Amino acid sequence: MTEPRRRARLIALTALAALLFSPPLVVIFDRPSEAGPSWLPLYLFLAWGLVIGLAAWLMESREEER
Amino acid sequence: MRSEALVLTFAFGYLALLFVIAAWGDRRAEQGRSLIGSPTVYALSIAVYCTAWTFYGSVGRAAEFGPSFLLIYLGPTLAMLMGPLLIRKMVRIARSQRITSIADFISARYGKSSSLGALVAVIALIGITPYIALQLKAITLSHAVLVNYPEAADFRLADESFWNDKSFWVALVLAVFIILFGTRHLDASERHEGMVAAIAFESLIKLLAFVSVGVFVLFGLFQGPADLFGQVAADPALGDALGLGAVPGGATGWFGTLVLAFLAFLALPRQFQVLVVENVDERHLKRASWLFPLYLLAINLFVIPIAMAGLLLGGSNDPDSFVLTLPLAAGLDGIPLLVFIGGLSAATSMVIVETIALSTMVSNQLVMPLLLRSRRLHLSSQGELAGWLLGIRRVAIVLILLLGYLYHALIGDSYSLVTIGLVSFAAAAQFAPAMLIGLYWRGANRTGASLGLIAGFLVWAWTLLLPGFAQSGWLDDAFLHQGPWGLAWLKPYALLGLEGWDIYAHSLLWSLTANVGLLVGISLFTRQSPLEQTQAALFTEAMHPGLEHTPLWRGQTTRGELRSLLGRYLGASATARVLDNPGDARLDDSDPAPSELIARAEQALSGALGNASARVLINSVVRGEALDLESILSILDTTSQTLEYNRQLEQKSRELSRIGEELRAANERLRELDRLKDEFVAMVSHELRTPLTSIRAFAEILRDSDSLPDEKRVHFLDVVVKESQRLSRLIEEILDLARLESGRLTLHPQRLDLVALTRHSVDAVHRLQEDRGVALEVEIDLDEAPVVGDPDRLEQVIINLLDNAGKFADHDAPRVRLHLARHKAHFRLSVEDNGPGIAPDERERVFEKFHQIQRQGESAETVRGRPRGSGLGLPISRGIVAHLGGRLWVEDAPILKGACLVMELPSAPG
Repeated sequence: MTEPRRRARLIALTALAALLFSPPLVVIFDRPSEAGPSWLPLYLFLAWGLVIGLAAWLMESREEER
Repeated sequence: MRSEALVLTFAFGYLALLFVIAAWGDRRAEQGRSLIGSPTVYALSIAVYCTAWTFYGSVGRAAEFGPSFLLIYLGPTLAMLMGPLLIRKMVRIARSQRITSIADFISARYGKSSSLGALVAVIALIGITPYIALQLKAITLSHAVLVNYPEAADFRLADESFWNDKSFWVALVLAVFIILFGTRHLDASERHEGMVAAIAFESLIKLLAFVSVGVFVLFGLFQGPADLFGQVAADPALGDALGLGAVPGGATGWFGTLVLAFLAFLALPRQFQVLVVENVDERHLKRASWLFPLYLLAINLFVIPIAMAGLLLGGSNDPDSFVLTLPLAAGLDGIPLLVFIGGLSAATSMVIVETIALSTMVSNQLVMPLLLRSRRLHLSSQGELAGWLLGIRRVAIVLILLLGYLYHALIGDSYSLVTIGLVSFAAAAQFAPAMLIGLYWRGANRTGASLGLIAGFLVWAWTLLLPGFAQSGWLDDAFLHQGPWGLAWLKPYALLGLEGWDIYAHSLLWSLTANVGLLVGISLFTRQSPLEQTQAALFTEAMHPGLEHTPLWRGQTTRGELRSLLGRYLGASATARVLDNPGDARLDDSDPAPSELIARAEQALSGALGNASARVLINSVVRGEALDLESILSILDTTSQTLEYNRQLEQKSRELSRIGEELRAANERLRELDRLKDEFVAMVSHELRTPLTSIRAFAEILRDSDSLPDEKRVHFLDVVVKESQRLSRLIEEILDLARLESGRLTLHPQRLDLVALTRHSVDAVHRLQEDRGVALEVEIDLDEAPVVGDPDRLEQVIINLLDNAGKFADHDAPRVRLHLARHKAHFRLSVEDNGPGIAPDERERVFEKFHQIQRQGESAETVRGRPRGSGLGLPISRGIVAHLGGRLWVEDAPILKGACLVMELPSAPG
């Protein structure tokens, strides 16, 4: 992968993470489950895990850019 | 089984293990087989971010404020995602400039300013020491819980002697550890491999401990997550505990804490230490950018289950201690001990790294600049200062730990864990604008950064630090509710009336507004010094491939001077490493040092003393100015070129006006000369015509009247002859004058006796004067008067003077007096008469051509009978005398009271 492209993807990923962790989306997921507690913590952990997974994939992939 | 002895054995055994690991790490480093050369170890060392505050406090915060504890880790996740871009740049700069701490980094960015470095160091000390205290408090508290359970762990330090407080002894052991493994090298920019290895190991231990207790709670106390959350749902009191409603400040508080954690992660001194200074290879950032967030996720995974379990089962206990009390309540012995060790590892790792970072700042940014400023150090500098430096750093380590311990012992009881942590974060966040904006905006300058930092720090102190003191009962807390002096808009928690915000978001908003506002605003309106411009260019363009090997210095010094400077501060072996290359071993110490060598020397000093002090020292031996190419160009573009043009234009216009002036003057002179020439021609024509007319008239009479008596004929012929003589004399004089004025008059100067010459001249005119009835007196005081001159010409002058005097002497009894005397190195010949004299304003005009004085009361008629002058005699005489190096002028006659003409000639040499 060429360096500027990796750079661009990294910036995009950071922006996505910032969006996922910030109020508008956070507020949307802040609703009680049928069981009682809010979905918020679960959402946060899932989003967090997703971001980490994407970052790992982005950083560790060695395939050449098509 | 939880006996005091056992706990202590485990605790200090664990610390001993740290020593072993660190020693092993350093040994491996010396052998060149580094333990820490892996991205995984790097990521684990970054996990020093997770302190005792994370270990115990996260659960407490989750129990109290719901998911807001996660923000403390989501912020760093964002920062680490940016790591390969942002932190890599910082690492590269730190490597090339040998940065030792965040204070050094900011000081280097803003022109290696020692005042800015000192400011950052002071803010860090004030902001971070409580955080160290917090770790020590966590150790004391967890130990008390572990030993006293099930009795209340209400441990009040004030009631105990400090030697009963385990954290005092832990701090002491840590001081030894840090001194052993944190100050091995003088060069603080070099990595502390053993220490990093120990930190990475501690990170594993705390993760292991926390996960074990989490698994135990979830699967030992409950039957998995479903069971736990089923019970939580059933408890109405916990219904809202995990929603946004539990977060202080709601959505704004949420966002504020996220930003706070993001900034603090980058700007905390210990994070800067592990992220930047201890980085082995900037490629490690790639792995760490996702591995470290993964670590954070793992260590936080069980926070909510533990918090919920704690609220369900042991609601009366302090939520900060749930991690310990839950397994203790279940009657276990092993897991509580593991938790205690985990908490200990979290606390010690933070204390170790933070203390190293702070002590480096204190020694390099606070103490060294002061020492360098004092003269005594310079004078007594023949000894090695290397030992001194390490000594300063070691004393700083002990003092910082002592300060942390005192803080903990004296006011630590009144703070909850979480409060101190976030207050410290907000203090560290004040470094972020100067650092991050300085990384990308070249225009940010020192004045802006300093004022921004000061303003941000003051706002932070007002909105977080002082209220904290007030709530601890240290200050009267009236100003919290009414504002100081009744000024409501100054209320610390509602500045300018901004109410209803989370206190941290509120403080962050105002402090960062002031900080960034001043940094940007002042930078836009002030100028940078050349060094600042250079450093700004080096920082902002750090990733530019061409910039790395730019030689900075253009200054001059010798190898010997560099060697003695380095030897003084770094010791002989380090100096030899820096200065000696195998290739140039034959070079002499008196040779000029090349610029790369000076740059290497400055870097070596920077690593040991910090950038600002290194700069001061290098400046003391190097003459010249350092500028990189880009800043030279930009400076040239903006200022020099314009100035140069201006200067040239000014010079040109000055020259032009001077030339114009000269031309005008020359023109004036030419006009004057032209006028004089016209006058001269008119005069000459007139003078020539008079004798010609009379010659012609008498010649015609002679031709036409044959019957003229002989007597008359002779008389007329006589007149014709006289007039012809006069005519030829006149023409001779005009020619003389022309030659004089054109400089073609040929004189034949020779050594002669003026006395003899004067006598000879007097003899020549004596008869003529007698005929005219002039009484001539001659008074010569000398026997001889040797001068250099043309005898014929001088005689001509003297005769002319005597002749003139005779003409202008008194009409009835004319007297002329000649006087020759010595006057200093000159001879003066004066000729005076007893005529009417010459008025002072006429005295210079008698030397003008054709100037003839009209005698008062005498018409042209009455002058008849005396020979008329041509008006050229005096001008010619003056010209001749001037040519011979003398002077001729008119003055008052001392004896005969008429006119007196004085000729002065220098006496002949020898």
